[in-house]
Amino acid sequence: MGRLVEVYLDLLSQPCRAVHILLTCTKIPHRVRTVALRKGCVMCCSDAILKYLTTKYDVPEHWYPRQPERRARVDEYTAWHHTNTRPCALCLRPPQVLLPAQSGSPVDEARLNRALSDLDDTLDKLESMFLRRQPFLCGDDITVADLLAACELMQPLGGGRDVLKERPQLQQWSTRVQSAVGEAFDEAHSVLYALRDRRRARL
Amino acid sequence: MALELYLDLFSQPCRSVYIFAKKNNISFDFKKLSLLDGQQYGEDFGKISLIRKVPALRDGDFCLAESVAIMLYLAEKFKTPDFWYPADLRQRARVNEYLSWQHTAIRMHGSKIFWLRVRSPSLICVGAVRLVMSYRHHVLAVLEYPFLSAWRDRVQEAVGKELFDEAHQYILGAQESVKSMDSSKMQVYKPKILRLFM
Repeated sequence: MGRLVEVYLDLLSQPCRAVHILLTCTKIPHRVRTVALRKGCVMCCSDAILKYLTTKYDVPEHWYPRQPERRARVDEYTAWHHTNTRPCALCLRPPQVLLPAQSGSPVDEARLNRALSDLDDTLDKLESMFLRRQPFLCGDDITVADLLAACELMQPLGGGRDVLKERPQLQQWSTRVQSAVGEAFDEAHSVLYALRDRRRARL
Repeated sequence: MALELYLDLFSQPCRSVYIFAKKNNISFDFKKLSLLDGQQYGEDFGKISLIRKVPALRDGDFCLAESVAIMLYLAEKFKTPDFWYPADLRQRARVNEYLSWQHTAIRMHGSKIFWLRVRSPSLICVGAVRLVMSYRHHVLAVLEYPFLSAWRDRVQEAVGKELFDEAHQYILGAQESVKSMDSSKMQVYKPKILRLFM
């Protein structure tokens, strides 16, 4: 079985959830150390961690295929993710929406609208360039690319916003991702769901 | 059909791919693209890259975007020397860690500094001037890191000065090139540049 992998995670962080889901549904022996990220501390190397785990442990190959062209498709998405999906979803993360409401100061509407517009463009590209008519972003099987994207797009939910609401193609993809990983998805999102529920209770 | 690389050497990721392919003697058709002329929006290029960004690769009927993905694909396909992308799991993970981090760290700041240095006043509206000015101190500070400077010299030596200079000839002449450029072409980039700083 080998030594336990020790992971330091904050489940409010999208990349942390992607790592948590992979560990849980592939049953890689691990121990989670919960951390609370400082303001402005950004995790950006989750794809390196995911690729390391899929290579080191005996997990189904579809997560990070060995065949060069299929692997290149995953590398292509994970690279694009950093400068597209991630920054767009980051702008709608709960602190920017929730904290102003909690503190009584107004949400910066102009900034929020710009963020929504950027996210809209990114989702258009996600559908037309990656998903197209495939079940998953990089082909017929789920990969680490789908985990990164799905966790990212769940983030605005903490602020009460479902960004896939009017996008049936991406909604269906998200449902397929959740079905493929099973309970691990909700387990990883438990903190985010709690944040969403607390917000609803206050309204 | 020969491997094709669609590159504009004004672009940092394109230069990385260019140097990597040349240094490893990978034979390719160099398909030059001019971003400033908007060639990435042409119909033909759209068939290669839906993302319409450079660098892009076409290998037979396989097309690929994103410089990191392209270099890893080339490393695997052409079995480049191990040090480029080590087979050892932990060493490889360290490379992946850096490749992941650089997207939102070095790369973003490099782009901002490029636009500042090129100094295209026609692109900067009055409202953005104060934001542009706030980056000037960063432009000066980046030149004062002796360890990074020494590292850059080592990279230059490892790839060979000739190849390094060949890849950078356009960018090093950028400030002069921009002066003679048709400013109407640059207007297309105004919204993107303003977004970088706002």
